Amino acid sequence: MSIRIAECWKRLQSRNDKALIAFLMAGDPDLAATVKIVVALAEAGADIVELGIPFSEPIADGPVIQRSGERALRAGAYLPAILDVVREIRRESQVPLILFSYLNPVLRYGFERFAADAVSSGADGALITDLSVEEAGPYVEQMRRSGLDTVFLAAPTSTDERLKRVVSLSTGFVYAISRMGVTGAREQLSSAVAPLVQRLRRFTSLPIAAGFGISRPEHFAELAPIVDGVIVGSAFVHCLEQHPENPAPHVADFAKWLRQGFATEPDPSGTGTAATQSNR
Amino acid sequence: MSKRTAVKHADSTRREVQPDQGGHFGPFGGCFAPETLMRPLEELEEAYFQARSDPEFQAQFDFLLHCYAGRPTPLYHAARLTQHLGGADIYLKREDMLHTGAHKINNCLGQALLARRMGKRRLIAETGAGQHGVATATVAALLGFECVIYMGEEDMSRQRLNVFRMRLLGAKVTPVTAGSRTLKEAISETMRDWVTNVDSTYYILGSVLGPHPYPLIVREFQRMIGVEAREQILKAEGRLPDLLIACVGGGSNAIGLFHEFLEDESVRMVGVEAGGRGTELGEHAARFHGGTPGVLHGTYSYILQDEMGQISTTHSISAGLDYAAVGPEHAMLFDTHRAEYTRRTDAEALDACHLLSRLEGVIPALETSHAIAEVIRRAPGAEGQLFIVNLSGRGDKDMEILQRELKL
Repeated sequence: MSIRIAECWKRLQSRNDKALIAFLMAGDPDLAATVKIVVALAEAGADIVELGIPFSEPIADGPVIQRSGERALRAGAYLPAILDVVREIRRESQVPLILFSYLNPVLRYGFERFAADAVSSGADGALITDLSVEEAGPYVEQMRRSGLDTVFLAAPTSTDERLKRVVSLSTGFVYAISRMGVTGAREQLSSAVAPLVQRLRRFTSLPIAAGFGISRPEHFAELAPIVDGVIVGSAFVHCLEQHPENPAPHVADFAKWLRQGFATEPDPSGTGTAATQSNR
Repeated sequence: MSKRTAVKHADSTRREVQPDQGGHFGPFGGCFAPETLMRPLEELEEAYFQARSDPEFQAQFDFLLHCYAGRPTPLYHAARLTQHLGGADIYLKREDMLHTGAHKINNCLGQALLARRMGKRRLIAETGAGQHGVATATVAALLGFECVIYMGEEDMSRQRLNVFRMRLLGAKVTPVTAGSRTLKEAISETMRDWVTNVDSTYYILGSVLGPHPYPLIVREFQRMIGVEAREQILKAEGRLPDLLIACVGGGSNAIGLFHEFLEDESVRMVGVEAGGRGTELGEHAARFHGGTPGVLHGTYSYILQDEMGQISTTHSISAGLDYAAVGPEHAMLFDTHRAEYTRRTDAEALDACHLLSRLEGVIPALETSHAIAEVIRRAPGAEGQLFIVNLSGRGDKDMEILQRELKL
């Protein structure tokens, strides 16, 4: 495990806390803003930040992240510029950073060069959405060589056989997809997440973080007893879309609001209607 | 991206090129999909292999191909075109005579039967020119499936007749408004629907594209084109053809024709891509002329992309060729020089469409017209040679564009 991510889990464990993992599209609304937003997020309680690398064909994403990617591409958020953003963030923050990408931009950049440049810029790992474990060999090899973490996705549809392969290639943590479908905030949590996390625990001692459709403190309260971290993407990206002029404070407030969920008893009905925030 | 390609011996005399277990054709192909889709893709592969070895499935498929779609299609000697061009003898494999007007129905019947076997009740598909969408809507009506077709807004406006046909057949046509609003965005949106509704839904991919096992399944459901053509030319001429010609969007009609001839070393084959209106990125859809290997929509193949790995927009007068990637088996045939790939422009395709219409009374689709344009260049002076062109679709759907462009 990379040093920053290992220390992050150790710190959380020592205070019996869970991780808030925030996804943002790098370059939305622009590259300079991304630096400020990540620093503000880390100060507001995000434990790990996933930086999205925009791609022209985001097949796994719902409309919110699709639009964010389009804005980021218009702002010139290509991989080399995003690595510069990582360098800028590192001057101000040691928050663990995961680069989150579709395969083709990374493939085009070259796995060896990607791993070398990602580690030298200060990134801690990567997740490639459409890179199946079957095809991941050459990528994982280069990432290991650079000491970077490789996070892989586990899905409700994954068989035990597949989950074993997923955890065997994962380092840092495992990303448990909590529902079938594309990314996007939902009112209610899917019932698929708990059985998936339970199955994963049988095969790995790695931390497990759940994502997809999570957008409210009630979701955090519900998930906290079973996972090590909660990943929120579209709901943060929605914040960027609502406040393009000065997104950092809004995103930070949203992170603080979400994090309250970890300190709340889970709502036994599981419907997550106890708390609301109208402006998220 | 493995380097393995198994060569399977089907019987003692003929060999077949098969992808390896992971769906790789040489270094190309494979299965690049989010983990949510990996198990559904495994299930599809298992269901396909079971169906393939089930005589009852084959009998159902053959019955529908024969009695519903109209197979076998004729191999027609285009005497007046041959005489006009003054060289090679030209045969047309008349896939345009199939029900719904193109080769797409072959694959749709096969996959819809597979969907029924898998207990799915809803079919979804992307479409560019609308031919695959019409074929999917048709088999959905025939076999009683709910049906949703995703189509780029740009394609909906240039193929309005096909949009109406799909609706008439009971399908819902959903416009896709992202990006260039053509086939690539339609495929992305269909994949999103599939990942959301995978329990109930079968995705009928329309070409030899996408993650494994689609390129294999679609090829196997199109290969009868070449099987028939090989028998028909041997009967008509007593020998194998010298050259096969087919247009290549994703490449299903071309693979369908080529596959049966791959081990016939004397038979050359040429795939014709859309040269569009220029050679700059964005002006054409010629993946083998300006494309580089990369991953789009689940498969590793030649794609049109910029230096940052973003997918380029493409242009072709024919919506069915207007796509940034090509099937992985074609990428292997290109790299191994087993097939040659060339490109013809929008203008050449229009001229070819006009010429074939006047000389043979056959109006080809604009996609197919690219293949005819290649014949026009190659036939003169090629006396004694036999050409087979896959006449993959008819031009009825293109009347508005033809009317506008040809100004007759």
